[in-house]
Amino acid sequence: MIELEHISRFFQVGGETVHALDDVDLTIETGEYVAVMGPSGSGKSTLLNILGLLDQPTAGVYRLDGTDTTHLDANAQARVRGENVGFIFQTFHLVVRLTALENVELPLLLASRPNAERRARARELLTGVGLADRMDHRPDQLSGGQRQRVAIARAMAMKPALLLADEPTGNLDTASGKEVLEVLEKLSAEGLTLIVVTHDPLIGARARRRINMRDGKVIEDVRR
Amino acid sequence: MKTGDLLAFATQSLLRARMRSSMMLLAMAIGVAAVVMLTALGEGARRYITSEFSALGTNLIVILPGRTETGGINPGIIGGDTPRDLTIADAESLLRLPTVAQVAPIIVGQATISVGRLERDTALMGGTRSIFAVRRWGVTQGELLPAIRWDQTASVCVIGGNIARELFPGRPAVGQWLRVGARRFRVIGIMGSAGRSLGFDVQELVLVPVATAQAIYNRTTLFRILVQARSADDMQRTRTDIIETLKARHQGVEDVTVITQDALLSTFNSIFTVLTLALGGIAAISLLVAGVLVMNVMLVAVSQRTAEIGLMKALGARPAQITRLFLAEAVLLALFGSLIGLALGELVTWAARQLLPFDAVAPAWAVIFGVVVAIACGLIFGILPARRAARLDPVLALAGKI
Repeated sequence: MIELEHISRFFQVGGETVHALDDVDLTIETGEYVAVMGPSGSGKSTLLNILGLLDQPTAGVYRLDGTDTTHLDANAQARVRGENVGFIFQTFHLVVRLTALENVELPLLLASRPNAERRARARELLTGVGLADRMDHRPDQLSGGQRQRVAIARAMAMKPALLLADEPTGNLDTASGKEVLEVLEKLSAEGLTLIVVTHDPLIGARARRRINMRDGKVIEDVRR
Repeated sequence: MKTGDLLAFATQSLLRARMRSSMMLLAMAIGVAAVVMLTALGEGARRYITSEFSALGTNLIVILPGRTETGGINPGIIGGDTPRDLTIADAESLLRLPTVAQVAPIIVGQATISVGRLERDTALMGGTRSIFAVRRWGVTQGELLPAIRWDQTASVCVIGGNIARELFPGRPAVGQWLRVGARRFRVIGIMGSAGRSLGFDVQELVLVPVATAQAIYNRTTLFRILVQARSADDMQRTRTDIIETLKARHQGVEDVTVITQDALLSTFNSIFTVLTLALGGIAAISLLVAGVLVMNVMLVAVSQRTAEIGLMKALGARPAQITRLFLAEAVLLALFGSLIGLALGELVTWAARQLLPFDAVAPAWAVIFGVVVAIACGLIFGILPARRAARLDPVLALAGKI
């Protein structure tokens, strides 16, 4: 469960203070499928970064599964990121010199998991996203949709409870975007908390909860 | 992250950036090779000098007329009289010292020698039978100088192998006569190849009795007296005794210089050791330069890989892990660079051994020093880029805004 209380995030840009997030209160239950929408600069990416502990709020309290994360040190935050949060990026962020399999293994490698376990887990995950025959391909040998599915498999490597996706279909054509979305929704159906930042009205329409943001504030919060 | 995985990961990223990695390997390799080569030269020169001095003979003490003092004034100048020369009688007096094994008075000069119409200039030495024992010379044919009294002349000579070949081509030289100026000498022995040191070669020498040489040059003085002590432990005592004896014979004036071989040797040794150290130090500067290069290239690598670093952070990498990852790359480069450098250095010193008269071998300390300094450079100069990577803001790094 995610609880945000009075979360603000200010940036100093050229002597001016930008309120990327302005006193946001938000609760997301475990297993929810949330689409965060809004124009550019509305603060939705900042929200996602703070949820994933990549960024720290200027003020407010963020509790993840009851734990106040705002006062954790860098190492503890890294552990939370590694174990509880999976990230999916618009530009995939695959390591180009590594094969699909090695990319999926990366979080397990950082967590010092044994070799055999890593390999087995990565194979299982890639098979799960329909890439059983692409494991030894490098990112530049994969299509955009395939790359994003590798990234999803990687995000799931540590069995996180929370999946954060920033424009996951933004760089994909409609067909691949739909495929990726289906993979994500399948994971959500299995009980994962899925939060997707998107411009795509299609995702907004499919998510069970839609949050609209503008100027750092939540202006609409609709459940279906 | 386990160490094996860390190294594998670092190696993989180094292999990916082939140009960058090979440039840094080259820089490191040149640094280490420079250390190996320069210290090998210094060490080789030291060994060469040492062996040349050892070839002079063992437990050797050299007495030369006149007192050589650095930074002082010759006491003879103050006293108003010139230093006394060394004589054969001085040399004989030393025979009575208990720790003296051999005494060899010598005179050295140039002479023109001839056999029939064959003629050449050569080095002429006046000596005694004991010179063979002191300098460890020997004859390959014939016999040594006769065991006659030192002040007695004899028209015999022992000649070097080269001279024998040149003056008596194709025929045995022993028993033949040769001419030194107006005097005739019978050749009684030929000296072999043993006895080459410090550019002095017995093959090119004519050796006659010391009193005979004095007669040739019309002088009563000696060039040197060589003394061999009974053992290495007796060296200092012998030296003191010699000075006392000669002082007593020279009206209480200490007007000789006594050099012990080991003192000379240890002086040369320390000079060459310092030289080797200095050469190693100079070479180490190139390692430092290589280290700076590693730092620069690693900094470039960090800025080229910000997205990857951001990703690693998103995947749960702790700052220390990121630091280790980049340090591992720098250290691996330093390690492999120094191994290549060692091989390169050994190759060049091997080549040098084929060309130089002495054995250029890098001392073990220099090899270890070179590798350790290279790795230390990798570590030290790797820290800054690695820490910069660890401190990157993951949001900006992922967005490609750094």
